[in-house]
Amino acid sequence: MPLDEGFIGREYPPSSPYEVGREKIREFADAIKDDSPLYRDTEAAKAAGYQDVIAPPTFAMRLSVLAQEAVVGDEQLGLDYSRVVHGHQAFRHHRPIRAGDVLVAVAHVDDIKARAGNDFLTVRAEIGTVEGEPVCTATSTLVARGTAEEGEQS
Amino acid sequence: MTTPQQVAKGDRLPESSVSITRTDLVRYAGASGDFNPIHHSESFAHEVGLPDVIAHGMLTMALATRLVTDWVGDPGRIVEHGVRFTRPVVVPDDGKGATVELSGKVADVAEDGTAKVNITAKCADQGVLGGAYAVVRL
Repeated sequence: MPLDEGFIGREYPPSSPYEVGREKIREFADAIKDDSPLYRDTEAAKAAGYQDVIAPPTFAMRLSVLAQEAVVGDEQLGLDYSRVVHGHQAFRHHRPIRAGDVLVAVAHVDDIKARAGNDFLTVRAEIGTVEGEPVCTATSTLVARGTAEEGEQS
Repeated sequence: MTTPQQVAKGDRLPESSVSITRTDLVRYAGASGDFNPIHHSESFAHEVGLPDVIAHGMLTMALATRLVTDWVGDPGRIVEHGVRFTRPVVVPDDGKGATVELSGKVADVAEDGTAKVNITAKCADQGVLGGAYAVVRL
């Protein structure tokens, strides 16, 4: 059964607050093999005009995934996560994520379509501080392989 | 640091080559919280029809993003970036792993002081990302 297109436009409750730590940023930067001092050295970050060390741009995926959990866990939508692959990812950064940020993310279902037996689910996560400052818009297309087939194939 | 005066459409970014081993995948899993077993378990990868363990798509995207942030000098200047995950990066357990080759070309320099870079990411001579781009403030 294909996913119900009636879910397009649905907004989910915000994720629990996530506090961005300096050491988590450093660990993430190490894992992506990026040696920029702006991720590690507060003085270097301040010299570049930031309040504290900043996070690599793709660190925002951490928050995007937290937002997506609400969609993935929605039994009415019924996404089979075991069949999901990541098809597309985009970020629009309103400002860099930095150490000390306390962030929440809200998931929106932007699109659902079925093509060649696969379901394509586009989820936009609006990431911002708990105070309401927008930080990043992260858009993910999840592809559920083979879930949109209607009954037996002829 | 790059400046708008120095950048023109058609400019090529310094290329980069990054090796990814199984240890790197474990490190990225821990740092990102993505513990999907296709990124560490060969038997699970086989079960779902993959030839071997594959790298996290988001790790490949991070490497592609770094090509641009290294060039511009400040990762905070990235405004927008996107990729399609077209082919998995297969990481064999042979101590060498996989090598991702990255290159980029300036596609446009806008009047607002931003530049769009198109990025190519290849592994074993095959493209692994589609439509990869980044927009940066110069």
